Amino acid sequence: MARHALSLIALLCCGCAGWQSALDTHAVQGTRLAHLIWLFVGVCAVVWVTVTVVLLLALRKKNDCPDDGPHTPAEASERRMARIVRAAAIATAGIITSLTIVSFYATRELTSAAVAALDLRVRGYQWWWEVTYLDARPDQVFITANEIHVPVGRSIHLRLAAADVIHSFWVPSLTGKQDLIPGRENTLTFTPQEVGIYRGQCAEFCGLQHAHMSLLVVVDSAADFEHWRRGQLAPAATPRGPEQETGKRLFENKACASCHNIQGSTASGTIGPDLTHLASRHYIAAGSLATNRGSIAAWLADPQTIKPGNNMPRVRLNAGELNALSAYLAALR
Amino acid sequence: MTASEPRAVSDSDLDPPALEKQLAATWRTPGGLWGVLSTVDHKIIGRRYIITAFVFLALGGVLALLMRLQLAGAERRVLSADRYNQVFTMHGSNMMFLFAVPVMEAMAVYLVPLMVGSRNIAFPRLNAFSYWLYLAGGILLWAAFALNMAPDVGWFAYVPLSGPQFGAGKRADIWAQMITFTEVSALAVAIELVVTIFKQRAPGMTLARVPLFVWSMLVTAFLVILAMPTIMIASTSLILDRLVGTHFFNPAEGGDALLWQHLFWFFGHPEVYIIFLPAVGMVSTIVATFARRPVFGYLAMVLALIATGVLAFGLWVHHMFVVGLPRLGESFFTISSMSIALPAGIQIFCWLATLWDGRLMFRTPLLFVIAFMVTFVMGGLTGVMVASVPLDTQVHDTYFVVAHFHYVLIGGAVFPLIGAIYYWFPKMTGRLMSERIGRWVVGLLFVGFNLTFFPMHILGLQGMPRRIYTYPAEMHWGTINLFVSVSATILTSGFLLFFIDVVRSLRHGPPAGANPWGASTLEWATSSPPPSYNFARLPVVGSAQPLWDRPDVLPVVCGLRADRRELLITSLRSAEPQARESSPRNSIWPLLAAIASTVMLISSIFTPWAMVWGAVPVLITLIGWFWPKGTPEDEG
Amino acid sequence: MKEQVQLDVSGLPLHGRNEASPTCWGTAAFMLIEGSAFAVSIAIYLYLLSIAPSWPLAAAPPDLGPGTVVTVILVLSLVPNWLVGRWAKQDALRKVQLGTIVMCLFGVAPLVVRVYEFAALNVWWDSNAYGSIVWLLLGLHSTHLITDLADTVVLAALLFTRHAGRRRLGDVEDNVLYWNFVVLTWLPIYVCIYWIPRL
Repeated sequence: MARHALSLIALLCCGCAGWQSALDTHAVQGTRLAHLIWLFVGVCAVVWVTVTVVLLLALRKKNDCPDDGPHTPAEASERRMARIVRAAAIATAGIITSLTIVSFYATRELTSAAVAALDLRVRGYQWWWEVTYLDARPDQVFITANEIHVPVGRSIHLRLAAADVIHSFWVPSLTGKQDLIPGRENTLTFTPQEVGIYRGQCAEFCGLQHAHMSLLVVVDSAADFEHWRRGQLAPAATPRGPEQETGKRLFENKACASCHNIQGSTASGTIGPDLTHLASRHYIAAGSLATNRGSIAAWLADPQTIKPGNNMPRVRLNAGELNALSAYLAALR
Repeated sequence: MTASEPRAVSDSDLDPPALEKQLAATWRTPGGLWGVLSTVDHKIIGRRYIITAFVFLALGGVLALLMRLQLAGAERRVLSADRYNQVFTMHGSNMMFLFAVPVMEAMAVYLVPLMVGSRNIAFPRLNAFSYWLYLAGGILLWAAFALNMAPDVGWFAYVPLSGPQFGAGKRADIWAQMITFTEVSALAVAIELVVTIFKQRAPGMTLARVPLFVWSMLVTAFLVILAMPTIMIASTSLILDRLVGTHFFNPAEGGDALLWQHLFWFFGHPEVYIIFLPAVGMVSTIVATFARRPVFGYLAMVLALIATGVLAFGLWVHHMFVVGLPRLGESFFTISSMSIALPAGIQIFCWLATLWDGRLMFRTPLLFVIAFMVTFVMGGLTGVMVASVPLDTQVHDTYFVVAHFHYVLIGGAVFPLIGAIYYWFPKMTGRLMSERIGRWVVGLLFVGFNLTFFPMHILGLQGMPRRIYTYPAEMHWGTINLFVSVSATILTSGFLLFFIDVVRSLRHGPPAGANPWGASTLEWATSSPPPSYNFARLPVVGSAQPLWDRPDVLPVVCGLRADRRELLITSLRSAEPQARESSPRNSIWPLLAAIASTVMLISSIFTPWAMVWGAVPVLITLIGWFWPKGTPEDEG
Repeated sequence: MKEQVQLDVSGLPLHGRNEASPTCWGTAAFMLIEGSAFAVSIAIYLYLLSIAPSWPLAAAPPDLGPGTVVTVILVLSLVPNWLVGRWAKQDALRKVQLGTIVMCLFGVAPLVVRVYEFAALNVWWDSNAYGSIVWLLLGLHSTHLITDLADTVVLAALLFTRHAGRRRLGDVEDNVLYWNFVVLTWLPIYVCIYWIPRL
């Protein structure tokens, strides 16, 4: 966990936004796509330069002739031009055909079925991501939000669903995007190749806070992933000290419990994100704020100022309640 | 005809000065407000259409600047999330529905009857009606924006976001009904263009002699006729879902969110060719005139236009490559989307060939064509990139796509359009625009455009999705975004300079004369600006370049009446004269019908019953419109 | 530029017929627009059918009675329609006057039955997507019937005024053409609404 935090800070500090980039990829699919992008860019650049050069040559030859009226070009030069245009058209057709075939092969490669190590359901809500780790054994199923952990080198299978409007799951450093559409279940598969943290963002306009609907994919080593998974399966950390206990009581009795679920408390709402292990996540509110007691307190005090229009109402809390709740939530690792 | 009526006055009876006087009286639009409201002159209507469209362009540009101001840095607070979402929806909807399509149709409304050698467009009252309806739709949208009720769901309004459950208030209904206004308007013009081009061409203007701009408008008109009914059904279904509880797009009751996307894009893709093909026609015209030779490969150009039009209907799924459709189906659309590059490429090659073997006159219109070629080719190539399904999964809904479509729309349509204004402004106003300022305009627009939009390719590949009102500082998109926003001011200054040149030239531009460019098409055979009746005697055509092949003599028709509004109907293929059809006089009924329709359509945003009681005034105004007035035009 | 008269068109008629009539072409363009709208609506019907678990959705197929009656009326109306067209070509004003009044009646009759047809659909527009598309199809065609009826009534009135010249008979021919279109577009919609659910 600490290692992840450090690498995250390092990434942010080095000024490299490589954690959400289609050109800085760290999964089988993303890398394949990056190669495809460079190939297309190369071919298209050559074509564009060729056309531009021909255009400039055509212009360079005539420097603003005096107007001696319209003319009919000679038959011979028209015939020669026809041959050249025909050749250019054939070359164009050839390039297009080649690119189509390359694209087709890429599609085939990207959809080749590898046995998936992990099966997740991602459900998009306005404006957060619910993640369910599926398993044939019901006691191994758990729910989290906005942050996905996966083991490196294994094939990860996502089932994409939407609770309200159309969203789009996009983590460019890992793979291309796929929409989450109400009434349908789409799928996405990727195989991460390098341990690290990668950022994703909703890529289909979904309303007021579409800009603030991001997620993290944390690629762990096998051991780290297993450690994380066990932690997520466990119920919430028991509160330590009177402040946290007060916080838990407040959470269960106030409006919080009607929307949120914390395993091991009486709060079992399913409208909002599962908060059982809130503090184990790097961010709160789908990427809005880094997770720490202060930001949790700020969010609790007025979610509508931080993310205007989001579906969490402002619950009136006095200073003591705010302290207690934020203490409790900040300890839910 | 009764015995007390005067003998019909034919143009054979009159000598040229008397003929012009008689025609001017027959075809005149009276001055004052009544003239403005009742004219059916295609040139007056075309001009006001063009001006209105450019007003919408300017307004849309202001919206763009607001967005750039907001995005110039991370987490800025220039616009709230709600305001920004309204602004980007308005920007797209305004540019696509209120500027791009109408301006292209408007240029055709003005130019096509002149280019085919006729006196007026077909169905002139419908033409007037279509302008009023367009204006009403534009005012509806902008009034909504002023009232904080603008649609906020993007210019393609995906459901369920725009549906009854998540699209609160009347915003999406206003969007959907604005579509109805603009689509009816566009369909009306399309019908007029088809009939004008098919049936009102000058004798001798066989299909092989039709100017390339007219061909491009013919293909465009058919695209409008075949594509716009789809969006009308779609927007109607959306309003029905929102207003009366239908379930077209509700998956819980058998509907489908993807149905909306299929319907919208089946229209939406041809829509961009409706914008682009007229620009192709403009480029062909300008290239020919300033290379002092006909465009190379006339047949190939015409076939490329038709092929583009046909193919345009087979591409729509490429807007839906990430919705989870079957892979095989998606691949088909990769093939079709890539293949439309072929006719586009052929057109580029033919233009290059024309320029290569031409004797070039470097005037501002040609400079715009050069800017177009460099820019549009790049846009077309990024189009080839997004046509690939796997590649698109990374760049769809990112700033890469924003860059792509601005390259093809601004490079491919707006540059030719501005060039066309420089080219035809002398014909429309009798004055030339400034060559000096024109060069500055080209430079500022070209440089400003590329500096603004090229970096967006990079932003998209670096993970920036579209339609976000802000972004966190840690994404490090701030630098490029700031660069883009600053560059946008260069682009803006280009447009401002253009508008200044237009206004200046209206007053102080040097007189143009009938044919300042020495061009070959028929509109240059009459004065600048043309008289209300276009031609004192309608021309006869013997080649595809009538003014070049016979520069000193214009063959004309005689035998048309001068005391009633008459024009010539000719046959479809070989343009042989068939009838002397009358052309309607000025009428206030199109305006009244437009008002009645506007009341009906706006009221139906709020209650479905408006379609019932609102239809009554519409019916009354239509009866008034079509009831014969007993004028000489009703004879026969 | 000097003008040189090359063609004298004074002998041409003042009003073209059929292929030489702009309004005929305008009518044809209008038919293309409406036809596209109908085609799209039928495509929506088939699309919703293709994604549905069963069809019709939670409803019995529409009763055959009123819809078939409407179909019979419309098909029968093609006969007087054709006659009116022929008489208009022959400039037989009296017959055309009579025939157009008959066509008005033939325009009203299906609308009356159509009220029963809506009721016999066995589903409401807001029940589900199947109900929505069926009502849309029927509603679109009803709008057609109504607008063409209005057109025919006004035309009939005009035929009894001093404006009943050759031009009006040309309008009659266009209207005849359009009524054929209204009937023709009904047939696939009829098949769609009444017979596809029974397959």
